[in-house]
Amino acid sequence: MTKAKIKYFFAYAFLIIVSFISIFPLLWMLISATNTSLDVIRGKMSFGTAIVDNFKQLIQTTQIGQALINSFRNAASLTIISLIVCSLAGYAFEIYHDKWKDGVMKLLLLSMMVPFAATMIPLFTWFGKMNLINTTAGFMLPSISTAFLIFLFRQSSRNFPYEIVEAARIEGMSEIRIFTRIFVPIMKPTYAAAITVTFMNAWNSYLWPLVILQDKKSQTMPILISNLISGYTINYGVLMLAVSISTLPTIIIFFLLQKNFAEGITGAVK
Amino acid sequence: MKKRLTMGKRRKLVSWLFILPATLLIAGMSFYPMIKAFLLSFTKGFGKTSEFVGTYNYQRLFQDSLFKTSLGNTFIYLILQVPLMLLLALILASLLNNPKIKCKGLFRTMIFLPCATSLVSYSIIFRSMFALDGFANSVLMNLNMISRPINWLGEIWPARIIIVLAITWRWTGYNMIFYLSGLQNIDPQVYEAARIDGASVSQQFRKITIPLLRPIILLTAIMSTNGTLQLFDETKNLTNGGPANMTISISQYIYKLSFEYSPQFGYAATISFIVFLLVAVLSFLQMKVGDKRD
Repeated sequence: MTKAKIKYFFAYAFLIIVSFISIFPLLWMLISATNTSLDVIRGKMSFGTAIVDNFKQLIQTTQIGQALINSFRNAASLTIISLIVCSLAGYAFEIYHDKWKDGVMKLLLLSMMVPFAATMIPLFTWFGKMNLINTTAGFMLPSISTAFLIFLFRQSSRNFPYEIVEAARIEGMSEIRIFTRIFVPIMKPTYAAAITVTFMNAWNSYLWPLVILQDKKSQTMPILISNLISGYTINYGVLMLAVSISTLPTIIIFFLLQKNFAEGITGAVK
Repeated sequence: MKKRLTMGKRRKLVSWLFILPATLLIAGMSFYPMIKAFLLSFTKGFGKTSEFVGTYNYQRLFQDSLFKTSLGNTFIYLILQVPLMLLLALILASLLNNPKIKCKGLFRTMIFLPCATSLVSYSIIFRSMFALDGFANSVLMNLNMISRPINWLGEIWPARIIIVLAITWRWTGYNMIFYLSGLQNIDPQVYEAARIDGASVSQQFRKITIPLLRPIILLTAIMSTNGTLQLFDETKNLTNGGPANMTISISQYIYKLSFEYSPQFGYAATISFIVFLLVAVLSFLQMKVGDKRD
């Protein structure tokens, strides 16, 4: 073998090993979901037939249906409201920019430095007084407006031709109609990116739901699966089935919208 | 009759109305509670029984061994995990940017895939794999590599290492995506010219890739540092801070002080303010170091 060939051999070997390690835990999760707890403990690495039994036990011992509904409702509502609020602001920060708005934007970016652990306690006592504990509104309020999303929409508005806005004004279109009828349809890729990132974050969020959604009836999927490991004996088959069910929606979104997801997380950088 | 606004003034008003909801929400949900937390850090008790105690909570930090442990742990995770992950992500990104490597899309998808799992999910998967009766032990026992199961999550350093490896597993692909998008802006001819001049792969990596990606490396370093300082889901679900609180993170300690022990909101707010200071100071330091020109 030539020197160059050896080099590429190592490059491929490295990539294959890292790729394998990246997918292995997820593969193990899926395999374990179909096996009995005993088989999982024994290290069985092939798909089994216990998935129906695991599923029955999961339904009997947990309120997984309710948790799925809660997770979907919370994540979908947050995504819709968040996108409306943040895209409108991001658009305005760019299209109508002046030195005051640039100043406000800089101030908002500072909020990225504020750790959630610091705001969590005052928010919890405040929301308690306003009867927002165990409500979707209580879950949503802290994360509707994020500097990240506003910034993402402001950056992508830079590519939005200003001539269109001026032409529409001459046609007599109102400012809000220019936004809803022209900007939103043109910016579909940015919206797709923002939706994937926001939905995934909302679906996966854990600390705030743990604080604000204390009632069993309002618990979400991450809290449900986290509760499954608190017992003394853990049924690994049932546990991994629950983890699979919780992970499947985001994995599907990932495969369908991988490009948008990648643009969503890196988009604000450009 | 109302005076009609001129077009310009009307537009100005509308533009501020567009910005208002987002701005008010960030002010109310981020800045206001941050100030509240700062004020809370000078008090004890809560509600009507709350009293001003001056800097008592800040003095208490110095005697609190659990606070010191949580701070130390967070720095262990930071120092071991962030450089390891960023270096790995950089190497992977530069390999996947090489025009001669095939199946790039497949490799990228697989390495990026862990990002689709929630922090709770992957923590539980790793916890189950490294449990005393878990997958790792049974495989090693079946292969006769160990005679007795290893208590991965029950010993201090193995537990910390598993936490570091788990976080690296989840976030390497995420950072790789940032580097890949940065590498796309580098002209391939730069590498071509370097090759012709006889630069080795590692020279190209050190002299071209790293300097040109510096702004993005800085960004990912700040994001990862920020994330590690706020680590919660992983330590809560992987080890629950154990054994004997030796893997607890700062955020988990704040959570315990607020919601698991009898509530001590004032003291918890004090620690949360320390986290805020750490985030601010470390981001500032990294910007100072990262922005330096040669």
